Amino acid sequence: MKVVVDMNKCQDHGQCVFAAPDVFRFDDAGHLAHVPDPDDALRDEVEEAADVCPLQAIRIED
Amino acid sequence: MSTNVVVVGASMAGLRAAEQLRAAGWAGPITLVGEEPHMPYNRPPLSKEVLAGKAPFASLAFRPRAGVADVEWRLGTRAVRADLDRRVVELDDGTVLPYGGLVVATGMRPRRLRCPGPLTGRHTLRTLADAQGLRESLTRPGARVVVVGAGFIGCEVAATAVALGAAEVTVVDPLPLPMVGPLGELLARALLRRHEQRGVRFALGTGVTGFEGAEHVTGVRLDDGTVAAADVVVEAVGSVANTEWLDGNGLDLTDGVLTDGQLRVGGRHDVIAVGDVARFPNARYDGVPRRVEHWSIPTDTAKHAARVLAAHLTGTDAGLAPFAPLPTFWSDQHDFRLQSFGAPVLGKEDVRVLEGDPDGDVLAGYHRGGRLVGVVALGGRAAAAAAARHRAELLKQPALTA
Repeated sequence: MKVVVDMNKCQDHGQCVFAAPDVFRFDDAGHLAHVPDPDDALRDEVEEAADVCPLQAIRIED
Repeated sequence: MSTNVVVVGASMAGLRAAEQLRAAGWAGPITLVGEEPHMPYNRPPLSKEVLAGKAPFASLAFRPRAGVADVEWRLGTRAVRADLDRRVVELDDGTVLPYGGLVVATGMRPRRLRCPGPLTGRHTLRTLADAQGLRESLTRPGARVVVVGAGFIGCEVAATAVALGAAEVTVVDPLPLPMVGPLGELLARALLRRHEQRGVRFALGTGVTGFEGAEHVTGVRLDDGTVAAADVVVEAVGSVANTEWLDGNGLDLTDGVLTDGQLRVGGRHDVIAVGDVARFPNARYDGVPRRVEHWSIPTDTAKHAARVLAAHLTGTDAGLAPFAPLPTFWSDQHDFRLQSFGAPVLGKEDVRVLEGDPDGDVLAGYHRGGRLVGVVALGGRAAAAAAARHRAELLKQPALTA
């Protein structure tokens, strides 16, 4: 599973961080950082993160 | 008996319900009925990026989960009737869809002002078509804009109109402060100052009695007889639930569709309601059923309700605790953001500044019975981050009882 975030869309709502803390986080500068190739066991979490992104900036590729 | 699940309403709530039915293990047929010709799309940008001309439709459309690739879409058509005893839904093209499970996801439509005067030049904002029509009017040079209603949509449209270079932007509301309903006085006052500093005018504490003009609106008449000149009027005065198609089934449809704590409708196990049409009790707070028009609610309700319905359809036990979401909303206006977690509306009588101050970045805490029930940040990135830190605290609290 590959996770792609469109950083031109991202507006730092942080909803993905709440939904999938193992994959998304804010770095020390307050910018979104993510694991680009998380374990497939985290798929539910990542799908939820994609669902709750207000900007629909998260895409899952297989 | 039909095994089809019919989802009526093809907006965010309907899409999420279908996806969550698949996630909950329902492998049978699903039909999605939607009045608009479009696949489900994201509405928050309509009052901001779409009005400002910065977002093409392709950027708004939701990317459906892979699990719903096989659902049947019936777009551009509308449910006109349902018979919950016979388990059928009738569409406006005469089709009768039998169902084994029904998802009510028909959402809301804008309320209109009923006062005398011309209709041309008056807009509402709910759909993509609405936003496109309004943009055309707002971008005419020298446009004088009157927004009726100082809620979420009204405040966002006013901010966008200023950014688009409208000659005058005036917000009219019978209440004394903008967004005072969801925010309470402290933040509503801070919000008013920010809008005024950025060029929005307000006529507060006044209603609208009529519209001036022959065919096209030229002004908005207020309670005291004065007229606010207008080329464009936006009516942002709340919404009405789309429930007429459910009439005649003995349901409580007084404000949306009443559900139980598992989002089931009318005591039935085969009918659930999702999204902002659902009036549900939130076990996190109390037993009072309320509709919640926040962006987070379609996804939250869909996840819970789909498990309930899938369990019924497959004859298993969902074993779920009552629905208890932590609501969240945000609103981008001018160069600032409002970010909320919890239910500040329940704690408006006891608002305390938790961080910052109302003229800059501020975080307000809303309390009921001395307990924190919601937080709202107003300002920039620092305020939103502060709200996020308090979210965990809100989540940890045991359920409140009325």
